[in-house]
Amino acid sequence: MFGAFNGVVASITLRATIGRKRAFLLAIPPLILILVTLALKLAHPSLTSWPSKVLGDFGFSVVLPLTALIIGTSVLGAEIDDGSVIHLLATPVRRSSVIISKFAVAAVATMVFVAVPELLAGLIATGGMSKLAVGLFAGALAGSVIYNALFVMISVLTTRAVAVGLIYVLAWEGLLGNFASGVRQLSVGQYSLGIANAIARNPDLNARLSLATAVVMGSIVTAATLALATRRLSSFSIKGEAA
Amino acid sequence: MSTIELRSVSRWYGNVVAVNDITMTIGPGVTGLLGPNGAGKSTLLHLVAGFLEPSRGHLTVGGVASWRNPGIYRTVGLVPERESVYAFLTGQSFVRATALLHRLPDPDAATRRAIGIVEMAGAQDRRISTYSKGMRQRIKVAAALVHDPEVLLLDEPFNGMDPRQRLQMLDLLARLGAEGRTILLSSHILEEVEHLSGTIQVIVAGRLAASGDFRAIRRLMTSRPHVFLVRTSDDRLLGATLIGRPAVTGVQLTSNGLQVRASDHGAFARELATLTRERGIHLRELLPEDESLESVFAYLVES
Repeated sequence: MFGAFNGVVASITLRATIGRKRAFLLAIPPLILILVTLALKLAHPSLTSWPSKVLGDFGFSVVLPLTALIIGTSVLGAEIDDGSVIHLLATPVRRSSVIISKFAVAAVATMVFVAVPELLAGLIATGGMSKLAVGLFAGALAGSVIYNALFVMISVLTTRAVAVGLIYVLAWEGLLGNFASGVRQLSVGQYSLGIANAIARNPDLNARLSLATAVVMGSIVTAATLALATRRLSSFSIKGEAA
Repeated sequence: MSTIELRSVSRWYGNVVAVNDITMTIGPGVTGLLGPNGAGKSTLLHLVAGFLEPSRGHLTVGGVASWRNPGIYRTVGLVPERESVYAFLTGQSFVRATALLHRLPDPDAATRRAIGIVEMAGAQDRRISTYSKGMRQRIKVAAALVHDPEVLLLDEPFNGMDPRQRLQMLDLLARLGAEGRTILLSSHILEEVEHLSGTIQVIVAGRLAASGDFRAIRRLMTSRPHVFLVRTSDDRLLGATLIGRPAVTGVQLTSNGLQVRASDHGAFARELATLTRERGIHLRELLPEDESLESVFAYLVES
């Protein structure tokens, strides 16, 4: 049911969402992550528990979801907001191709702005190739994929995608996730940490899900949200002049 | 084939009916969709273009339903009203991207042809963000024409155009219509479609109010009774005087002044001056009450 990746859609999306100014802004959080890691490394050269705290907590519950939120809600949402999406939709391109292409751009961009910096910070923190660095990298790659599928879907469903996404990240994952164990089964952050922990094997990461659960649930969420996004885009309506 | 068919099509938003039970067939040639703002023209165009689902009724373009059917865009081109385009692209790359999205066998040739039709070759390498409103409109038309569609839908294409650009666009549309394409455009200004050779469909309050060629519509609009509001030193006396004149078909005393219905507004205007002078009535104010486009259209609905 999924259409093929469309290069034209992707290249227009890339130019629209990650312009020069945008790239600069998006680079700030990962830079902070790396700078903090450098500073802590200089202050505490001998390895303690801080790398997993900084890279796991700050990296996975702040930098990753918020970067994905900004990118994921704008790849398609910005065009829907300003109406230019009509030029794309008034062509025979399959709606699933539009979703897949937009999602792919968002996922790869998030990998560049979060997963790669996580790897770099991991390498700096542990002083070289380590299970922690690789685990964080893998977790962030998976998170880039799942978060963006979710946020692309939200941007098709509502014009207040950023607000809805923020509520999801802060209230659902941030607050409820700490109390209710059921919430963890439906938390992209936990899927990412679960995958990271499968390699890193570090209790300080606070991963609550097994690798199997994280992979299965993450795949289901990705497929389901993309399918729903395609469905909704197929019924895309121009808001009329309801006078 | 390139016929647009509407069978009792309605579209409502909650309690608001935007398009009310419209049946029409639009064949090759240029058809103007005329009506005041908010009459449902855009809604109708969006229904045809497959960007709105009819609440009731049947709508087909070239024999197939347009809703949830992206395949129709192989034969349909759409020029939306909103100006938003990918402003960071050059005109040429925007049209070429559209050609690629259509998977045309020779996108470069198609791009050159489409840009040539709208005469934008000179500005094609500039970013769209530097274009004037009229140029944006033309590059949007080029993108909509790049795949040589049989049906072209344009929502308020003359918005923001100066008279010369408007004439050029009308010319272009007439040419495309003469080639056997089905061109449907919307406008809320009667004069804009004056030079349109084809059919005009007048939409008022979601209903089809009149249809025919421009001259027929124009005649309907100018032969309607004109209503004026006159304020004088003695409304009652003027009313009594006016009712005896053949150009006047009715008078009514209102709290705002004297409402006069005239069948021939030229004769009425001439007589009013002489009559008031003869009777020693001071004329304070003379207002045409129904010159707004809405009332012109409203008249068409009643007739």
